[in-house]
Amino acid sequence: MNDNTMISFENASKSYGALQVLRNLNFHVDPGEKISLIGPSGSGKTTILRILMTLESLTSGYVLVDGQQLWHEEKQGQLVPASEKHLQNVRADIGMVFQHFNLFPHLSVLKNVTEPQRISRGVAAPEAKEAAVELLEMVGLGDKLDHYPGQLSGGQKQRVAIARALALKPRIMLFDEPTSALDPELVSEVLNVMRKLAHETDMTMLLVTHEMSFAREFSDRVIFFDKGVIVEQGAPEQIFQNPCEERTRNFLHKFIA
Amino acid sequence: MDILVEFSPVLVKGTWTTIILTLGGSAVALTMAFITGLTRLSRRLYLRAVATIYLEIFRGTSALVQLFWIFFVLPFLGVTLEPMTAGIMAIGLNMGSYGSEVVRGAVLSVDRGQREACAALNYTRFQTMRYVILPQAIPVMLPTFGNQGIELLKLTSVVSLITISDLTFSAQLVRTASGLTLEPFMAILIIYFILSSCIVQFVKLLEKRMAKGRGLPAGKGAV
Ligand SMILES: Nc1ncnc2c1ncn2[C@@H]1O[C@H](COP(=O)(O)OP(=O)(O)OP(=O)(O)O)[C@@H](O)[C@H]1O
Ligand SMILES: [Mg+2]
Repeated sequence: MNDNTMISFENASKSYGALQVLRNLNFHVDPGEKISLIGPSGSGKTTILRILMTLESLTSGYVLVDGQQLWHEEKQGQLVPASEKHLQNVRADIGMVFQHFNLFPHLSVLKNVTEPQRISRGVAAPEAKEAAVELLEMVGLGDKLDHYPGQLSGGQKQRVAIARALALKPRIMLFDEPTSALDPELVSEVLNVMRKLAHETDMTMLLVTHEMSFAREFSDRVIFFDKGVIVEQGAPEQIFQNPCEERTRNFLHKFIA
Repeated sequence: MDILVEFSPVLVKGTWTTIILTLGGSAVALTMAFITGLTRLSRRLYLRAVATIYLEIFRGTSALVQLFWIFFVLPFLGVTLEPMTAGIMAIGLNMGSYGSEVVRGAVLSVDRGQREACAALNYTRFQTMRYVILPQAIPVMLPTFGNQGIELLKLTSVVSLITISDLTFSAQLVRTASGLTLEPFMAILIIYFILSSCIVQFVKLLEKRMAKGRGLPAGKGAV
């Protein structure tokens, strides 16, 4: 492993009871890299993001974030399962955008973005507000500050959710099918924001998506999963135009048809 | 009617006693409801066990028996309480056991995605509960708490059995002293009704205040 790796999965496996979802997974992500994870339903894409976000534990193997063990910590020279505190330290660098937004319905749009800054970073109120307004304007919602999530369209909710995650200045952003719960006409407003992020920031980004054309322009590298293993990975042009593997080809065919 | 006016100080005193019992009992009940309800969701088995034992004992036996234990049996164990204190404790502990299930249910009703969002925003477990789960769970609890408040008010009349002259008992006093039956019982019927209406109005007010400025009601589709 080189020192300049942002995320590493090393022999990582995950099982739910008898069902093995990830099998001895090995992959590395460089700082600033934009990666798309594609693959059939149930192949384990969401699980990878959830393990990184500490929403799901690892069954065996290791995950490192910026060289630090995520699910383990060192105690007296031994690697032991991570404590809640250790998880909190490491995941401070990671933000996530969910398929179903998960905004806080009891808070206004503005508060959705300011409160997490205050609570988890201790940012003072005026600075938090300034940052929130700037981010909400960036995602095109500067006129909705006092609205509540229940008053927004799906596309607007997802843009608030992106602003909320960005407000904590994560170095890694995870997106789990951010547009798949949206009406088709609302997809592009969210993709536009993500396109902008991909071009203008040096955040490391992992995107799980079924939007193949977006994956192609968004990512530096595409990883194709099936049944918990990496079948093939490479530059988007190679994966989409010249897939080496039969399974990749079959999978992509369904999207063209 | 004149006779009733003559005896009205007795009824006023009884009403006041019932109000104190209701307020004190509610305070104890709410405290126990939150402590027990949240403890039963703890990750620690022994905490859950203690909370569950309290819940089952106080839900599974009658308030009257609990009152007798607190007032008559505890002194043998070296704990002697004033009648009012014993009454408030018995009523509060009894209703608190039911309330804890309301708290637990409301907390569990908050969408799992909310907790996941909190983890992604790096909230601690306490911060998650304090800033995200409870603010959404409390409005869910309110209507049931309103009903339980009325139950609690009605329950307060058991304390006459440990020498307290609450509203119900004062009607008995008036009846014995005046020889009237219909009038004192009509009077307390109306007073109880007014007191329970106050509880209903108070809860309605709280519900309104909490709903204010939250936009559309939560729970309609993904947020
Ligand atoms: N909490 C859970 N308990 C049991 N099985 C689970 C759980 N979460 C996920 N799984 C299973 O793990 C497998 C991988 O799930 P995952 O959500 O990672 O797939 P995915 O690649 O994201 O699929 P999709 O494209 O449908 O979102 C699936 O078979 C799923 O049913
Ligand atoms: Mg998924």
